[in-house]
Amino acid sequence: MSKDNQILEDLNSKEYEHGWSVNFETDEAPLGLNEDIIRWISTKKEEPSWLLEWRLKAFKIWQGMTEPTWANVKYLKMDLQALRYYSAPKQSKKPKNINEVDPELIAIYERLGISLHEQKRLQGIAIDVVLDSVSVATTFKETLGKLGIVFCSFSEAVKEHPELIQKYLGSVIPMTDNYYAALNAAVFSDGSFCYIPKGVRCPMELSTYFRINAANTGQFERTLIVADDSSYVSYLEGCTAPQRDENQLHAAVVEIYAGAHAEVKYSTVQNWFPGDKEGKGGIYNFVTKRGICAGDHSKISWTQVETGSAITWKYPSCILKGDYSIGEFYSVAVTNNYQQADTGTKMIHIGKNTKSRIVSKGISAGKSQNSYRGQVQVMKRAHNARNFSQCDSLLMGNQCGAHTFPYIDIANPSAKVEHEATTSKIGEDQIFYCNQRGIATEDAVALIVNGYAKEVLNQLPMEFAVEAQKLLALTLEGSVG
Amino acid sequence: MSTLTQHESVLGLFEAAPATFLSLRQLGKESFYAQGMPALKAEEYKFTPLAKKLESGLTDFSPAKPVKISADQVKSAVFTGFEGVVLVFSNGQYLPELSNSTEGLTINLLSEIENTPLGSIAKPDKDPFAALNQATFMDGLHLSIENKKSIESPILLLQFHQAQGGQVISPRIWIEAGDFSKATFIDYHISVDAAPYFVNKVVEIKGGVHANITYHSLQEESNQVIEVSNVVTDIQQDSQFTSTQITLSGDMVRNNLTLNLLGSNSVGNMNGLYLLQGKTHVDNHTNVDHTIPHAESNELYKGILTDQSRGVFNGKIFVRQIAQKTNAFQQNNNILLSEDAIINTKPQLEIWADDVKCSHGCTVGQLDEEALFYLQARGIDKITAKGLLLYAFAGEVLDKIEDDSLRNYIVNQIQNRLGSNF
Repeated sequence: MSKDNQILEDLNSKEYEHGWSVNFETDEAPLGLNEDIIRWISTKKEEPSWLLEWRLKAFKIWQGMTEPTWANVKYLKMDLQALRYYSAPKQSKKPKNINEVDPELIAIYERLGISLHEQKRLQGIAIDVVLDSVSVATTFKETLGKLGIVFCSFSEAVKEHPELIQKYLGSVIPMTDNYYAALNAAVFSDGSFCYIPKGVRCPMELSTYFRINAANTGQFERTLIVADDSSYVSYLEGCTAPQRDENQLHAAVVEIYAGAHAEVKYSTVQNWFPGDKEGKGGIYNFVTKRGICAGDHSKISWTQVETGSAITWKYPSCILKGDYSIGEFYSVAVTNNYQQADTGTKMIHIGKNTKSRIVSKGISAGKSQNSYRGQVQVMKRAHNARNFSQCDSLLMGNQCGAHTFPYIDIANPSAKVEHEATTSKIGEDQIFYCNQRGIATEDAVALIVNGYAKEVLNQLPMEFAVEAQKLLALTLEGSVG
Repeated sequence: MSTLTQHESVLGLFEAAPATFLSLRQLGKESFYAQGMPALKAEEYKFTPLAKKLESGLTDFSPAKPVKISADQVKSAVFTGFEGVVLVFSNGQYLPELSNSTEGLTINLLSEIENTPLGSIAKPDKDPFAALNQATFMDGLHLSIENKKSIESPILLLQFHQAQGGQVISPRIWIEAGDFSKATFIDYHISVDAAPYFVNKVVEIKGGVHANITYHSLQEESNQVIEVSNVVTDIQQDSQFTSTQITLSGDMVRNNLTLNLLGSNSVGNMNGLYLLQGKTHVDNHTNVDHTIPHAESNELYKGILTDQSRGVFNGKIFVRQIAQKTNAFQQNNNILLSEDAIINTKPQLEIWADDVKCSHGCTVGQLDEEALFYLQARGIDKITAKGLLLYAFAGEVLDKIEDDSLRNYIVNQIQNRLGSNF
């Protein structure tokens, strides 16, 4: 038993490795949130008037909304007026390519293990890097451009492809959707945009890396992925933030549009600062992610590995509108110390013969609370809809909790929906079995947790899978190798 | 704002309440006002808009007076082959002249009991309808089973309901089972005619150490009836509680079943079956609270829905931090037979302890085409084959009912239906 305690002790004492911050000159908006700030951001970003109108409309809607309280998380409300809604590293002029980017910025990313130099990177991943509020660099733009693929920062897309932005912005997540989505629509600063033209299979993984550096800022990025008919793209997202005592807000929006026969695979490894051992500090991660399978035979797949953030409130969803469309959700959520996660998915079956699959694996340790909240909705006209959901929880330590809130709403008799969930700790018989075969308890725990999460980790692109496994190991250090 | 959400129309009910248990009623009233009628979209009543239903379905919000029930009515309502105690009620009022008793069972009117325990188990602040009942019930029964007394034959609570113009009936029962006792209760609700009314029932069950209590509830009221039932049970160490909730008809029915496991080694079994047709809307909310280590709960709810019926299931298993070594299982299976039937199900786990084994499963589907084909290939016509498969589906719940007369009665009711539009 003492060895188990030792493992738990080790696991609880693990520190956050990306907790440093760098001081450099920044361009910041004044504190607070009002119409003027929104105009200030819009002017700063040299935005067209339609976008400013859109933001102001969202702000008006947001003012009439209240913060949602239904999630199974407890936290001190954040004073949204004490935040800064824009912070950008000062650059004398807009860099044309990676060689003109401030070496100091590049150094930050080198330290995070992300090289912005194309030749240094592994072949096959194009990356857009977002620091605080703005995108600092996008790699492999030219290679992708030859295929007609647009991959750039959101602000650039607004200038260069306004017709695409106007068509798709807010089409999947309207600004009225929820409190944080409305806030994001009003103040979003940057993010990534990608467009895959008809019939193009994107030759490399597209990736965005988010980093919060400045204090007292909120990060509100917006990602829009449009996969036109018969195209394919795999998209990755990663994130980290410095270790600070106060809580920081991250309220992002991700919209995915998939045309007929298109496939979008969205993977994310979320590693925001989770707060220290006493639960002080950490990121509030209130994110709205949703994809629409608009065309027939389209597919959207979400894979997420959630290890960071003090509070996570995140439900990547799929609207299965096209006939024969497929939605998938694979998730591993690990919480430790005082972290709280309320995460899950929504699968809305509208088209005929639509399929969805949900695999959610929760691991709670320390004093954390981990909730799965999901909805499977089969509309009246969604004939032959099929869903399988599995959400398992693994508990480590006797002060953590695991909760499941699955909503299953079926209005069509031809639907086949299955849901199953289990909650347990690592079986002593399993550990004993491993021990008997000469595997130390620590390794046995590692083995079991890895096996437990494998179904989801297998869905990640190779390079990411390695990072995710490392992260799992770090979050549960001492028990996972 | 509607009148009902402002609670004006319930005033008549409060005024008509008898002058007994004044402080208890006052508490219920305050608690009802504090909670109000569940708002549209309120999480606990999300799919069951009771306030709206009550508003449109009831013309008169006054308590229904007892009506005369004849011995013949009782005779024809009792299940064929039933042997045991029959307690007859008319609109919630006990009719001793039509009832009998047995050794070890003490029957009192609630109004005869000093230091009433009412409200200590079904706490008024937990549900607005429990609060409303506490403020407005007329009278009811206090049933107690002696320590070490095992009553083998079941006790049938035969509740006749009849009202004009949509009045309110508020049955209230207190059941107390002593240490090492055993008893089976069948709570049977029937409508005398097809007139609409609102039943707001509260049953409180208190089990002693090593008690074995079975509580079956059979709802077979007219399709105009709105019913809310709150059944709350506290059980102690080494005791067992088994319930079966069968719903066959009604307009809108909401059943709240709460089980508090207060002693180690206690076991709770909660089963349910809903066979819905027409526009019947049934909402089963169950809540098991594991407050201590080494307890077990098993739950199995099954539903078959056709026509424009709607089924709602919300099963909550709550395991507190000290409740280590808990075993909790929950299963909800549904078959949809028509285009317009809807099911909303939410099997919910809230686990705060780590050394537990908890699982839940939930399925929604239709009859297996291959099984149907198999039977048809063997010369069984489609309707009979369908009936066989549905009967097998429901059988899993029915098999758990020990009393033959009750089980046979339900089987007959199901068979009558399976021939028609099921």
